[in-house]
Amino acid sequence: MREKELEKLKEYKYGFSTDIENIKAPKGLNEEVIKFISNIKNEPKWLLDWRLKAYERLKVLKEPDWQKPKYPKIDYQDLYYYSAPKSFKEKPKNLDDLDPKLLETYKKLGIPLQEQKRLNNIAVDAIFDSVSVATTFKEKLTEKGIIFCSISEAIQKHPDLVKRYLGSVIPITDHYFATLNSAVFTDGSFVYIPEGVRCPMELSTYFRINASDTGQFERTLIIADKGSYVSYLEGCTAPIRDENQLHAANVELIALDDAEIKYSTVQNWYPGDKDGKGGIYNFVTKRGLCKGKNSKISWTQVETGSAITWKYPSCILKGDNSSGEFYSIAITNNHQKADTGTKMIHLGKNTKSKIISKGISAGFADNTYRGLVDISRNANNSRNYTQCDSLLIGNKCGAHTVPYIKNKNSFSNIEHEATTSKISDDQLFYCNQRGLNQEEAVSLIVNGFCKEVLQQLPMEFAVEAQKLVGISLEGSVG
Amino acid sequence: MLNIDNLYAKIDKKAILNGLSLKIKPGEVHAIMGPNGSGKSTLANILSGKQGYEISGNVSYENKNLFDLAIEERAHKGLFLAFQYPLEIPGVNTSNFLKTSLNAIRKSNGKKELDALEFLKIVKEKASKLKMDEKFLNRQLNVGFSGGEKKKNEILQMSLIEPKMAILDETDSGLDIDALKIVANGVNTLRNKERSFLIITHYQRLLDYIKPDFVHVLMKGKIAKSGCMELAEELEKVGYEKL
Repeated sequence: MREKELEKLKEYKYGFSTDIENIKAPKGLNEEVIKFISNIKNEPKWLLDWRLKAYERLKVLKEPDWQKPKYPKIDYQDLYYYSAPKSFKEKPKNLDDLDPKLLETYKKLGIPLQEQKRLNNIAVDAIFDSVSVATTFKEKLTEKGIIFCSISEAIQKHPDLVKRYLGSVIPITDHYFATLNSAVFTDGSFVYIPEGVRCPMELSTYFRINASDTGQFERTLIIADKGSYVSYLEGCTAPIRDENQLHAANVELIALDDAEIKYSTVQNWYPGDKDGKGGIYNFVTKRGLCKGKNSKISWTQVETGSAITWKYPSCILKGDNSSGEFYSIAITNNHQKADTGTKMIHLGKNTKSKIISKGISAGFADNTYRGLVDISRNANNSRNYTQCDSLLIGNKCGAHTVPYIKNKNSFSNIEHEATTSKISDDQLFYCNQRGLNQEEAVSLIVNGFCKEVLQQLPMEFAVEAQKLVGISLEGSVG
Repeated sequence: MLNIDNLYAKIDKKAILNGLSLKIKPGEVHAIMGPNGSGKSTLANILSGKQGYEISGNVSYENKNLFDLAIEERAHKGLFLAFQYPLEIPGVNTSNFLKTSLNAIRKSNGKKELDALEFLKIVKEKASKLKMDEKFLNRQLNVGFSGGEKKKNEILQMSLIEPKMAILDETDSGLDIDALKIVANGVNTLRNKERSFLIITHYQRLLDYIKPDFVHVLMKGKIAKSGCMELAEELEKVGYEKL
């Protein structure tokens, strides 16, 4: 291996790529490609029509350009929209049928796929490029009537549920990237928790972009029926490529009466090298609908990777007494850029939302919190609390806070607090004097800064996220 | 233990230390007194490795050049500074900080790192000796601590780390008489044949409780006079001016 590559691998430990033969759709975006995808996935006609409708809509939409981080124009005709390992043409029935190289990849990623019994609290639905590889823990979940599978499988086996809810939160007429996803989405996860069921384990998806020149367009749909509860975790990595890769996923959550969905993301996509070359464009649409009364949706995100992170996991608080939460840590180092935040749309009465955002910038990075709190005319007695804290490391990075606040109801209340601080030399000196080296000191201080958000993560992942926070800031001081 | 030889230091071209020499042997307790601006805190900062000074002269620590060691390496090798103004670190739990610190030092010395339970047992025991309420362990490091609490927290860290060479930078200032006794007691229990102390103070008061082996008067960046306890008592009577 060339020295340069080795050097890069040291910096990003998930930066290996797997040598597997792929089946790809022809390059480019057109009706034929969409038909190819729909056909290879053996989809019903309604879904193909739905995709084509989205594609028609896409033709008249323009890419949004109001965001802070600018990026070179993406040539959508120069991308592959479908890529799957060849051995997948016949879908593997169980783990033993999988290509050993794939299993090796997952092993390197540290995903507990092979040894299911060992980590018996996490069920993993792993996505390798565009196809769901294997879904573990299925039996245990089936007992409770929980459906946890790839969305492709759900389309085949539970078409009614999919048809009813797909696009109900993010319609095909939404913005550019969301509509693009609707036209070409390949795979993703599907979760249905039946009425009154509390999901007994954390559900988890691990996404990975492997093939070169592919965009990854997953679609995730989670439905929590009345009185149910589910906690879902998504983690992401990608190998090192010099070119930028587009990741435009759509995630839709629906919580019915008295249901609760907790959605956590640990995003560690390849951020590009020290000079800002390569890296993932993470342009993702995540939206949750608190459809029923007393329902609750909580987003927690730890964003450490990607060249550009551009997303606003949102909650539409439609049911009376429903509540939405958004906890975010966005870390940008070197030349990374993030423009992220949330939207809390209060429609029902007595709806509550809480936003805790922690942005950390180091190197030449630029970090923007952008958020909307919108309390509609009928949302009596609604409340929002927002806290945005920024931490700067060094003097060449930037932090920005852009809150949009709309309150059309005079019985409602919005609070917004924001702080910006810097890690001081004296704080570092104090930690050094107590035996911590520079990196340990930064990691400790930053973890303290992020604590309120880290506490929201499921236990196993909080530990992982804590380490990740330290790793992403390595070399940012001194 | 520590041998300071003809130490000069400047900050922003302003001379602060002007040829300071001092020798501290294992087990000795030295007190440095001096008026404001005489260079006491600068000495503490330079010994512990704070950046920003233009330095000349030699300092050896355990027969090695101190200036070859990074800040944390000095800490690993047993050099401890009790800060005059301990820093606040929001969000960082005090107990977690103390454990991380202690384990970093233990690890560098090839000792087993303590797990949460082992650590908690030790820290609670040490805290109760310093008459500190256990609740402070769950508070954010030094955030909202009173002046006295911050200083006691420094002494607690010292008693956990058990350094070879402890420098106390005006640990007594801002303490009431009860807290002063507790701090002095913390130092006295650590005194032994191997461990050395350099105690920087404005007042003789602390020295009533910690009896130093030597007292030095620092003026205009060098040692103006050295002696025993009597020197401190004399200073208290006549002040620095007359010296």
